[in-house]
Amino acid sequence: MNIVNQLQRQFIDFSTSLHREGFVDDQFTQLQKLQDENSPDFVVEVVSLFFEDCEKLINNMARALEQTQGVDFKQVDASVHQLKGSSSSIGAMRVKNACIAFRSFCEAQNREGCLRCLQQVTHEYSLLKNKLQTLFTLEQQILAAGGSIPVVD
Amino acid sequence: MAMNGGVTWRRTEKIDGFNFSPTDTAEEVHVLAVDDSLVDRKVIERLLRISSCKVTAVDSGIRALQFLGLDEEKNNDGFNDLKVDLIITDYCMPGMTGYELLKKVKESSVFREIPVVIMSSENVLARIDRCLEEGAEAFIVKPVKLSDVKRIKDYTTREFRAGEGEEKERSRKGINKRKLRDSFDDLSPSPSPSPPSILFPSPSPSPTPPQSQSPSPSLASAPSSPSPLDSPTRRLKMTISE
Repeated sequence: MNIVNQLQRQFIDFSTSLHREGFVDDQFTQLQKLQDENSPDFVVEVVSLFFEDCEKLINNMARALEQTQGVDFKQVDASVHQLKGSSSSIGAMRVKNACIAFRSFCEAQNREGCLRCLQQVTHEYSLLKNKLQTLFTLEQQILAAGGSIPVVD
Repeated sequence: MAMNGGVTWRRTEKIDGFNFSPTDTAEEVHVLAVDDSLVDRKVIERLLRISSCKVTAVDSGIRALQFLGLDEEKNNDGFNDLKVDLIITDYCMPGMTGYELLKKVKESSVFREIPVVIMSSENVLARIDRCLEEGAEAFIVKPVKLSDVKRIKDYTTREFRAGEGEEKERSRKGINKRKLRDSFDDLSPSPSPSPPSILFPSPSPSPTPPQSQSPSPSLASAPSSPSPLDSPTRRLKMTISE
């Protein structure tokens, strides 16, 4: 097996594991299919926007939950709702699911529960960031070796 | 002749039924996309561009109205010289919701015939009903997929072609039923197939644009505010579950 095939094999295996472990779902695959020679960096660009969004929203949630005078759960929920939306749009399934759980604690106005969920969301976000970075690096290596990125359905 | 912005030509071209000229760039469908989420805007923009649409993306209902020339400052209804062919908007937005934007568009004599599609991450029947009854062309449950956009584009451009009634109704019915049936399967937790991603109002006999009194293009027989049982989507659901 030459280097391109090896890298492609690695890519396929890694992609498959991402789906199997629930890091990404079919929506992510949909976005990958939207990438072409006219928009070769589409996925990286959307994912970057998503991670920026994540950081901003996580900070909002943390600040809102820190309020000693009384937590504005509506505000927390608004941020969680936004994060749930964008994670769903890019197929970040575990982040999205963490948001779903988070919302019930917001509704219950349970500060402890919310703080745990915030930890969970932050954890899932950083896991995903690492995973996708690895995926994108593999893609770059394949392209640099003159190969094409396999489509994994 | 009604003012239909960029789609008037399709009516007159329909001599043999399918006369698309090869150079359609001047007649490219122009979509105004409205969403406060930057991520979603980027995705919808890409979905539309890949479907050969020209896209203008804005981040709020207010900006959408400004773009159309419908904002409060100018007191005229303006012209649709930007030739917007379709508006696709998120429902949940700070300030003006997608529903409020829909109403404003439908209240305008110039813009009311532009199809408006609502997107929402929440699959709430009452919300869907409300939008369809207010004249929304379709309701898409997020995340939006390429197939949703293709269907919308197809649906809104075909609507203005007379004489396709039956085939269109059959395909629309098919879409409704399939998507609603899927919603029952989605009651189980993941990994499940996607929930109904797109809902259209039930087909009306003649595909003419809504008149000023705008009879609700739905199954509900009562023109006044229907009870939950009479809501268009609920009645469809009940029919399927038999």
